[in-house]
Amino acid sequence: MNLYAIKAIYLFEMHRTWRTIMQSVISPVLSTSLYFVVFGSAIGGRIPEINGVSYGAFIVPGLIMLSLLTQSISNASFGIYFPKFVGTIYELLSAPVSYVEIVIAYVGAAATKSILLGVIILATASLFVPLRIEHPFVMLLFLVLTAVTFSMFGFIIGIWADGFEKLQLVPLMIITPLTFLGGSFYAVDMLPPFWQTVTLFNPVVYLISGFRWSFFGLSDVHIGTSLAITALFLLACMLILRWIFKTGYRLKS
Amino acid sequence: MSSAISVTSLYKTYSTGFEALKNINLDIRHGEIFALLGPNGAGKTTLISAICGIVNPTSGTILADGHDVIKDYRAARSKIGLVPQELTTDAFETVWGTVSFSRGLFGKPANPGHIEKILKELSLWDKKDSKLMTLSGGMKRRVMIAKALSHEPQILFLDEPTAGVDVELRRDMWSVVRELRGSGVTIILTTHYIEEAQQMADRIGVISHGEIILVEEKDELMRSLGKKQLRLHLQEKRDSVPEALAAYGLELSPDGCELIYTYDTQKERTGITALLQDLGKADVRFKDIQTRESSLEDIFVNLVRERK
Repeated sequence: MNLYAIKAIYLFEMHRTWRTIMQSVISPVLSTSLYFVVFGSAIGGRIPEINGVSYGAFIVPGLIMLSLLTQSISNASFGIYFPKFVGTIYELLSAPVSYVEIVIAYVGAAATKSILLGVIILATASLFVPLRIEHPFVMLLFLVLTAVTFSMFGFIIGIWADGFEKLQLVPLMIITPLTFLGGSFYAVDMLPPFWQTVTLFNPVVYLISGFRWSFFGLSDVHIGTSLAITALFLLACMLILRWIFKTGYRLKS
Repeated sequence: MSSAISVTSLYKTYSTGFEALKNINLDIRHGEIFALLGPNGAGKTTLISAICGIVNPTSGTILADGHDVIKDYRAARSKIGLVPQELTTDAFETVWGTVSFSRGLFGKPANPGHIEKILKELSLWDKKDSKLMTLSGGMKRRVMIAKALSHEPQILFLDEPTAGVDVELRRDMWSVVRELRGSGVTIILTTHYIEEAQQMADRIGVISHGEIILVEEKDELMRSLGKKQLRLHLQEKRDSVPEALAAYGLELSPDGCELIYTYDTQKERTGITALLQDLGKADVRFKDIQTRESSLEDIFVNLVRERK
């Protein structure tokens, strides 16, 4: 294991975070606060409690997930796309590092960043609404698992993307709609029966449902199912990454 | 003793069908400076990229200090430092940061003393806290060399190290390269400047259309392929070569002021004595004599032209 390399890449990536602190931390915190003001306080006050949880509190897990998913993807995809774009990737390819080490370093850094962000948003949320967390360890597990999985997914997108539009395309066109329709702002059983069935094909539903369960003990689907689906997605990402580095897809000619 | 780099039957065909390398066999000795010459698109960079792990070879084997660059890539790559042709740097990083990063990436524990030494040798010390985007092209090139040297490689690849670099900086780099060789580092450089190869290299390889067409000691190459010219500056202009001297194959310069005799330095008899005597007999008077050895450039141009 080339631990020095993992450390070097990890610190390099984290350093990039501090340099771009405005866009990587402050802007998601700001936009989430806006959600709380609008949905939580202004509109939420007129919406009845959902299964005994005030609407403002109910949307907290969904909002954290929303940031976690989009930030994990954009951090990790940008982290690997940029060296490819400017050409500094040559050094990574010629260094004595295995792909596992490369992935640990890049995904680790991206996940660290989005977990920090998740915690900050949680702290921000607690200023607006009273929060209770029934299963803190499950909450942490979900936070970490989601951050790692989607950072890995972002890393794949960063390797696949051969232009800035593609880099933006997946988060914008796929992740944001899936998260909005994944129960960030409502419980699945509030939907008409047909849409409830459709929703079950949305993987993000399982993430938000599981995460919300760790807060309030309420879920749309069983917590075990949520964990299993997330783990399955993690495994799929790992397999894709193994294939990418084995063939050198979009990295080596 | 194994070679620093040993390439056997290496082929590279790109997905476009372009055959960039065809049956390359090459051994580079420990501690030498090897210059790889070739026209644009000959395959120099592809060869280096295949050795360094940036391009997947289609077939063939490559050993770096006895380690297979694919099966045993960790051992092989930690011996190698690469300075690529393109100036690619992380604009927002500092000189110190980027060089330290490279050392870590290549699996070495931090060693500020070593980084300091490299930066001082490359006259980068006073720029150590500057962001890379604020540096000039020549300075960026030095930073890339510093990065490649950060992990104390035994084999250093310099792909066109002095392209777009001014004369002074080029000479500085040559002295850095010589010092490195003095410390036992094997150096492989590609260059467009034949003067550079002529000045620096111990051995020279010529690559053209993806094939190595020649590998030779530089001095040997200069000797065996080198021609010498004797130029006689005439006192009076002439319209033609005197008939009495026809046997020597003399040429008259276009302005009619010089007679040019080309001879082979390898031959026992160069024919100079006889020529000078016959010139006297033919009453050709001259005011100056000059001899000139053909440069590596002439040799190179001839070699590549012959192949076409």
